Amino acid sequence: MSDLIEQRRVFTHVEEIHHEFGPTATVPLLRGAIAAVLRNPYAGGYHADVLPMMEALNPLGVALAKTLCDAMGVPPERIQSYGKGAIVGAGGELEHGALWHVPGGYAMRELLGWKGERASYTQGGGGDKPSGQPGNALAIVSSTKKVGPPGAALDVPMTHINASYVRSHFDAMEVRVPGAPKADELIVILVMGTGARVHARVGGLKAEDISQWNGLR
Amino acid sequence: MKAKIRKIIVQVDEIHQDGGKAVHPPTRRALAMAVIDNPYAGRFCENLDELIDIGEELGGLLGERCVQALGIAPAQAHSYGKAAVVGEGGELEHAAAILHPKLGAPLRVAVSQGAALVPSAKKQGTLGTAVDVPLGHKDAAFVRSHFDAMEARVADAPRANEIVVAVVVTDSGRPHPRVGGLQVHEIVGKDGLR
Repeated sequence: MSDLIEQRRVFTHVEEIHHEFGPTATVPLLRGAIAAVLRNPYAGGYHADVLPMMEALNPLGVALAKTLCDAMGVPPERIQSYGKGAIVGAGGELEHGALWHVPGGYAMRELLGWKGERASYTQGGGGDKPSGQPGNALAIVSSTKKVGPPGAALDVPMTHINASYVRSHFDAMEVRVPGAPKADELIVILVMGTGARVHARVGGLKAEDISQWNGLR
Repeated sequence: MKAKIRKIIVQVDEIHQDGGKAVHPPTRRALAMAVIDNPYAGRFCENLDELIDIGEELGGLLGERCVQALGIAPAQAHSYGKAAVVGEGGELEHAAAILHPKLGAPLRVAVSQGAALVPSAKKQGTLGTAVDVPLGHKDAAFVRSHFDAMEARVADAPRANEIVVAVVVTDSGRPHPRVGGLQVHEIVGKDGLR
């Protein structure tokens, strides 16, 4: 791995949600987050060119996505929602967190079998409504980021992997690593879920009604 | 299952570097938490047997989840600890009922052996209240390299009628222990202390 990437800590979080005071789910919802605490090579001063790190993050992203899926104990086919985020230590700037947009998104889409072009996924356009994830990660990976102190919490937004408008899958996971990020650190985060909110019932586009396969609807 | 579980959370914290020095192999601490219904919330009840039995169930369940998350054999576990956060509708004694009478035995099965006391902490709290779960070596409480703690916290719990129960198991001590005291290789493992 590039010498720009120095991984100091890896924090995984998996939760199994059975209910939220309503009917108990037959299959519990799983939500998982992985946070890697990295040295921020750009902390402490302004660096005009930060792009080399973006490239260097790609292999780490793929490894983290796979580790998270393994920690959740499910095959990639069961992942239905995702999101990503970054927390930058006080010695860095928000732009350093933005370096995670491309590699973080790429990582999970790679894991979920994204083929890189929409034309590959038009199989849903016929008469049969596909189930599962025929589109394989067509939707933009929702994200957020902040500069924060050690222990800062980030609410990482989650949306459906194939259609951003699927209302049942709008969610967020609070992610924090006690003691990190220090001033010279940067935390990169991926989150994934196996389904809708446990008692989703506010209407809108349903996952089984995805029809356009354009990442939105 | 007596415990009414709303959610189970498992976290693994793997430290690869501390103080600028690499940690080989990385230290790992696993935390398993259950958010449960407090059957005694909102009323004073002299007898707390139901929570005592729930503690027994959770000692095994959460201990096993930790060992599983670490991907180790039970005998490879090093240290452990337990804690509970009681929501506003409950009392501190409810945490004691879960943690102290029966939780330890099945936890010790999950980590194989465990002559030492399981260090514990408890508090009353609300959604997102953090509790620092104290850690000590499972076979000898005086092992100084393994005195540690892991922060446990659930963003949306405990609600007033809930309790968060946490168990931590590690496969290592602190990243760079160097303050002396009893060492792991000096453990006798008979009295739980040395």
